[in-house]
Parts: sequence; C-alpha cells; structure tokens
Amino acid sequence: MPKDNGIGASPKRREDVRFLTGAGQYTDDINVHGQTYVHFLRSDVAHGTINKIDTAAASEMPGVVRIFTGADFEGVGGLPCGWQVTDKDGNPMKEPAHPVLAQGKVRHVGDPIAAIVAESLEEARNAAEAIELDIDELPAAVDMKAALQAGAPLVHDDLGDNLCYDWQFGTDTETVDKAFAEAAHVTTLELRNNRLVANPMEPRVAVGDYARANDESTLYTTSQNPHVIRLLMGAFVLGIPEHKLRVVAPDVGGGFGTKIFHYAEEAFVTFASRQLNRPVKWTSTRSEAFMSDAHGRDHVTTIQLALDADNNFTALRTDTHANMGAYLSTFASCTPTWLHGTLMAGNYKTPAVQVNVKAVFTNTVPVDAYRGAGRPEATFSLERLVDKAARELGVDPVALRRQNFITQFPYATPVAVEYDTGDYNATMDTLEKMVDRAGFEERRKEAAARGKLRGLGVNCYIEACGIAPSNLVGQLGARAGLYDAATVRVNATGSISVMVGAHSHGQGHETVFPQVVAEMLGIDESMVDIVHGDTSKIPFGMGTYGSRSLAVCGSAMVRATEKIINKAKKIAAHLLEASEGDIELKDGQFSVAGTDKSVAWGDVTLAAYVPHNYPLEDIEPGLEETAFYDPANFTYPSGAYACELEVDPETGKIEIIQFAAADDFGNVVNPMIVEGQVHGGLAQGIGQAMLENCAYDENGQLLSASYMDYAMPRASDVPFYKVDHSNVTPCTHNPLGVKGCGEAGAIGSPPALVNAVLDALNGGGYDVAHIDMPMSPSRVWQAMQG
Amino acid sequence: MAEVTMKVNGKTVTKSVKGNTLMVEFLREELRLTGTHVGCDTSQCGACTIHVNGKQVKACTMFAGEADGAEVSTIEGQAAPDGTLNAIQQAFQDHHGLQCGFCTPGMVMAAASLLKDNPKPTEAEVRHHLEGNICRCTGYHNIVKAIMAASGQDVSGIAAE
Repeated sequence: MPKDNGIGASPKRREDVRFLTGAGQYTDDINVHGQTYVHFLRSDVAHGTINKIDTAAASEMPGVVRIFTGADFEGVGGLPCGWQVTDKDGNPMKEPAHPVLAQGKVRHVGDPIAAIVAESLEEARNAAEAIELDIDELPAAVDMKAALQAGAPLVHDDLGDNLCYDWQFGTDTETVDKAFAEAAHVTTLELRNNRLVANPMEPRVAVGDYARANDESTLYTTSQNPHVIRLLMGAFVLGIPEHKLRVVAPDVGGGFGTKIFHYAEEAFVTFASRQLNRPVKWTSTRSEAFMSDAHGRDHVTTIQLALDADNNFTALRTDTHANMGAYLSTFASCTPTWLHGTLMAGNYKTPAVQVNVKAVFTNTVPVDAYRGAGRPEATFSLERLVDKAARELGVDPVALRRQNFITQFPYATPVAVEYDTGDYNATMDTLEKMVDRAGFEERRKEAAARGKLRGLGVNCYIEACGIAPSNLVGQLGARAGLYDAATVRVNATGSISVMVGAHSHGQGHETVFPQVVAEMLGIDESMVDIVHGDTSKIPFGMGTYGSRSLAVCGSAMVRATEKIINKAKKIAAHLLEASEGDIELKDGQFSVAGTDKSVAWGDVTLAAYVPHNYPLEDIEPGLEETAFYDPANFTYPSGAYACELEVDPETGKIEIIQFAAADDFGNVVNPMIVEGQVHGGLAQGIGQAMLENCAYDENGQLLSASYMDYAMPRASDVPFYKVDHSNVTPCTHNPLGVKGCGEAGAIGSPPALVNAVLDALNGGGYDVAHIDMPMSPSRVWQAMQG
Repeated sequence: MAEVTMKVNGKTVTKSVKGNTLMVEFLREELRLTGTHVGCDTSQCGACTIHVNGKQVKACTMFAGEADGAEVSTIEGQAAPDGTLNAIQQAFQDHHGLQCGFCTPGMVMAAASLLKDNPKPTEAEVRHHLEGNICRCTGYHNIVKAIMAASGQDVSGIAAE
C-alpha cells in the first residue's frame, strides 16, 4: 500500500499554492525603495583591445546616476575559481584574472565593459548608446584544437598559451598501451558533446541594497547556494566580512547548475550599492542570459575500447578537449576532471581506464557545470562507444553490456571511486520489460512497411552524487568543504522550523524535508516548515547542486533531529520519573517501556521552554539543534534507459515513440517528486540529443542567443515518459539510504536517443557509425546520404 | 503619457502610462501583479501569458495602451476569493505539473484558454496548444497530464510506471 504520509508518501507540494496563484516571490518581484537600475554595456566582439571608453556624454544623459568601468574595479578582487586542478606534471592550472568589468581587453561576446546605473532601466539603456567605445578587434580563438596550435590568438596574453591544464588520471600509460596492444578488437570513436545553455526559465536577477547606518549589505540574487555566494563575494571579491553581508535567494525559477556560480553582475550591484548608497537592481534579458550565464558541456573526445577475444573489456582510454571559455567560472575546472574522469569506468569492470583532458581557453562565454556536469559527458562517450563496439562485433548491445557489468559491491574502479551498491542487471531487466524489447524487431518490420526506419537505443549509466567528503575533495583541489547543515528549531508548542543549507528551486524541499522530520518524530507534517535561501536565517550550508540536497543536507537534518530526540528523551524521562534508557518515542508520544506511562511531544517541548519542572542541573532549556554532515563517500545512482523512435528517411526527422528510464536511486522519500525530477532530466537530455546547440561562428560570434535560434524542447517534441525506480540498493553510508535523483535523467538519456537513431539507420541498411548531437533532420539526412 | 482604464481581474484600474509601456511591465510594475513573468525577450517562452477580452495573449506582445477598455485576466485572478484553486490550478497541484513555478502562471492561463475552446483535448492537442509556452523543469509530462485531468479525462493510465 502506498503510504499517505512520511517517508515514501507523495503528499501534494505545499509550495505549489503560491506558484499557482502568482504569489511566488522571485528576485525580480523584489523592488527596494529608492532603487536604481543597471544596464551592462557588453562586448559585441569576441576578442579585442579596449583603447578608450568615453562616458562623458553618456553621464550627462537624463536619469544617469553613475557609469562604472573596469577602472572602478582596480584593486577590487576578481571572480574566483573554486577548484585548483593540478596537471599531469604536477603543476597548478593556469588561472587568469576575471575582473568584474573588463580591463584592457574583452574576451567574449557578452563580456561586460561598462555598467550604467540610472533612475530607470530605460534611461540606463539609452545612456549606454551614448558611450563612445573604441575597441580594436583581434582574431578570436574559437575552435579548441586550433586554439592550442602555435600562433593561435591568445585569450590571455600573460598565460603564454590557451591551455589551462593537461590532466591525466587513472591507469598508467604502460599498462593501458599493453592492453590495447594485446586486444582482439579495438573500437575507436570521435565525438563532440555539444555546447548547451542551461536556460532556467527565470533569467538571473540581482538586487544590491546597502544600509550605510549599520554598514550592512544585502544581496537578493537568483542563486542555488546563497552561503557560497556570500563567502566568495565577501571574502574574495569585495572584501566584505560575512557578518556585514546577507545573501537572499528567494523563490528561484530553476537553476540546473547555472545558478551555482558567482557572477560579475551580483558582485557589481553589491559594490555599486555601497558606492552610491542606493539600491541597484539588475534583471537579465534572455539574450544577456545566453551571453553571460555559464554554458555547459562542449567536449571533443576521442575514446577507445580494447576487448579480448571473448568480448571482455580490457582497457579504456579517452582524450578530451574541454572548453573553459574565456575565464574560469566558479567550478569550471573540476567539471571535466573530477566530475568526469572519475565516472569513466561506467558500469563496467574494465580493469584499465585512463582519462586525458586538456582544458582550453577560448573567446567564448565561460563553461561550467550544467545538470549532470561531467557525468553526462562521460556517460555519452562511453555508452556510444560500447554501442559502436557491439555493432562492429555483431553482438547484441545489451548482452555486451551485461557481460561486462560490475556485479560485486563495493567496487573500486581504476579511476579512484568506490561504488558502494548497485544492481545493474536489475535495472536493465526492468528496462527491457518496460519497452518490450523482445517485441522490437516486429515493430521495426511494421514501421518498415510504412516506410519508416525504427530504432531502439539502450544504454546504462552510473553517476556520482552527493558531493562529497571534504577531506577528499580538498586533496583533489577543492577550495571549499562540501558538507551541508541543518538547524532543527522546535518551538514551545511543538511545531518545528528547519533551517537548511540546501536551496529549493523546483525540487520541492519544502514538502519533502518535513516528510522525513515528521516521520522521525511521529508528528504531523503540517507541524514542520523548512526555511531556506537566506544567509541571515540558515546555518552555513553549501547549497543545492550535484543531486546532493537530500543525501547531504537531508542527512544533516536527520542528524540534527536525532539530537532533538535524544534531548527530548531526557526531558521526557524527567517528566515521567523514569530512566532515559527506558524512554521510547512512537507516534509523537514518549512512553516508558513496558508501562502505560507516557507524555506527549507537545508536553515535552513546552517543558523545554517553560522549564519549571525540568532537569536544569543536567541539560539546558530550549530544544534546538544543529548538525553539519560531511558525507563519507559519493552516492552512486545508476540505471538503464531506452529510446524507441522512427526516422523519416525522406527528411531525416525523428519521432520519439517511447522513452523509458529504470533508475536505482536508493530509498525514495517522495516518489511523485522523484518521477518529476526524472521527467525534467529526460527532457533536457532529449533536448541535448535532438534539438539544442549553442553555436559560435569562426569569429566567435554567438549565433544562438535567443529562443528563435536555440531550440528548447517544447511539449510536442517529447512523449509521456515511462519511469521506474523500483530497483533499490540503498546507499550504505548515509542515514536515509538515498542516492539523489536530480541529474540522472539528463545524464542517462542522450546516448539512448543517439543509439536509437543509429540503430534505426543501420537497421534500415544505412552504414552510419556516428552522428554528432543534436540529431537534427539535416544532420540525420546528410548522414544517410553517405 | 496617456491614461488607460481597464478591468483587471474584475477590478477597474486607471493609470497614466508612457506609450511604450508593455502590458507585462504595466501589470508587474504599475499594478504589482508579479505573477505574470518575463522569461525571454522574443515572445517565445509564454511565461507572461494572460487573457485579454477572453483571448490568450502574451503580455510582452502588446502595449498597455492597447488594453484600454479591455477586460484582463491574470494568474492572480484565477483562484476563488477565499483562495480555493480553480480546477486547472488544482489539477496542476494534484499531478505535480510544476516545479520551480516560473512558467506556471503562463501554463495555467494557456490551459484555461485551451479548455474553454476545446473542453476535451487529446494529448496531441494539448501539446500543440502549448507550443508557445516553454517549461524547463517538468519535461511537460505532468503539465499535459494535469491539463487532461482538469478537462475531466481519466489520466490514471498515463505512465508514471
């Protein structure tokens, strides 16, 4: 029976009512009395030397308060990168300065040159047109491999070349070379993981508000992690101590990674509001979002698999170029390395795995984590490669996968991580039933009779979530801890506020987190509320990304609730005149084991705050506990995905017939929300595989800077999805046994769709080894022409 | 500046606005009805969808002055005065048809317009009607399901498997 409350139930989301009635409070809905508006004048060339910025005439325009340029930020910190990657020779990555406003040079289309603060947005925009700008356009570095050639334009003159780092990881070269030399078969694939733009529907917004009287700054911003922004901006950019800086991320309209990072605009409004002693508001347009939000993916990879005569995988080797864009965004450096290389073993017991990644600066928008962050790139490369190997060997692609699956856990891969649990055959079994794989060839014949090429693509995935043990990531170069925190504040009458470091921007924490606390205490969920998104209210937590909210912050919340229970039991023992060890908590009642003596939750909480009859000599009054939880390991969600589609051979157009996802997320707290997370991830993965592409021309002009040019998935592009999360191998090292579900859909789905297209084409007699994403009709049709 | 008078969610309002004030700016900044959202600058995303004289309109595509004398309905006017959600809003909650909530007002307004003209739409008709409304969170699955449920159709067979 499905539960109707607590862990495993699907209560309706409590946040929905405000969103459905227009009562949500997003950052752009916040106006501060007396606020000014800022408009950023951005570079329209990819690369150039700034000779002159003349703001004299513009400053005299109506309504202009002040115009800022890079000169105003001399002596102010630049935007920091949060992860130091060490290259294969032991040298630190190259780390160029990243000024808030361009200084001397512009390095990508969209690089901010000047910021015009005015009484109205219209006046700010008008004044921007009066700024006299003299920029010498320089040749741009756009293609990654060309950018590494001698004589290529230098994105940063002082770095000497455009290589950020050359990273190698995993099995040593000699061992890998030997395995390839001895292989019975080698499959090689060159592919591109297309550049994407995350595109949360709410564009970024920042409002800086400075109170001179007490020297306090407040930043309202569209962030997934307000405390991270407070730390980075306060300590590294503007030099504002934390106790004088409050960061509020109210309702946030989607993030998908792109709202993790610390951006120039939020530092600017905070800085300018202090300079001007007036609030400053910035609201991104969508076009600005395309040229200033960190982009995602953009890898070019050669990947090779060695197999023995029995089709066992014996070695894997990758060589990837990863685009950093013009500057290092907050977590840009770790995405293609520690979030990508460590997952390269996939679901397979390949004994030797070596990953090589060259990170390259180009005159493009910075690239950073986007839903999945490194893991979609790893999964796509590997799962396309295994499919290609199966086709070359003439074996069933699912059988080849099963033969090489890891089946014993825990399993230490050659790329440093240890998978704690999983059952890859179980999710594959479920998937095969979900899509009726056995009946596929009949369906292919039926489609052929209609003149359509039908294909079924299958893949599996493994990912690492819940990042991660702080001491480990510190050794790997992280410049922050990656724990999270929760404070459980029990009020006198027994209701509870839980202040959490995680931030909800669509994930439903306000509904899910109370399910856990209420179940632990045996009280009604309506007695528990979540507080998030305001550094003045919540403990220092690292926020929401990497599918970590429940696995890390939820674990902190469990630990804090356990402390509450321990203390409440002491109080109950006093009230019941019993020994603490005999107290049991069930359904909100504390009772003495083996007796009918009990005291209710509310009586205990009241005693904590009105401690008249209370063990004051042993414990303090009050009932409020905080826990910081630092995970012992990553979590490892896994699963198997399938896409069945038809290709119209006349046009190359794809129609998705069915899309199925069989996931192992460990324990599930709210199935409704988990399924919703998978649906959304699938649509983003389908978008990458079929529609989306962030394109630059050879001069570094951004060709896809609006929804007229960048193909977002629409309702008619996608089907109803089939999703399953019934295969459960609980995480072994966090108290809820949860693994995280936010990114799986986006990680697991692109290879299924591409594998399906290639199955359709090859099954229809077209010998096509690979097509780069997105599978647009023109690309598919052209591939069919040979 | 010109004076405009319109009925918004049943209440008559008169304001003086500049000629180039977009309807969506008028709603958000003059009337502080911030449920109507702005998600793009090319009239593609649909987050600003409202009803003007009973017709579905993207509020970024018209000037406030063009609504002079019109009856305007926004997301803030959809629930009953006591806060009870209407059938479409309730179906969105029942079927988890929203996540971050940013596209949601536009989706609800678009759905209302569809169901007014087509009380029992097919899945394909629902998806086609949402052509001008982009959602990045839900993958549309539960939005389509919610709209079909709001139309009184049985959606229990739709896979969530």
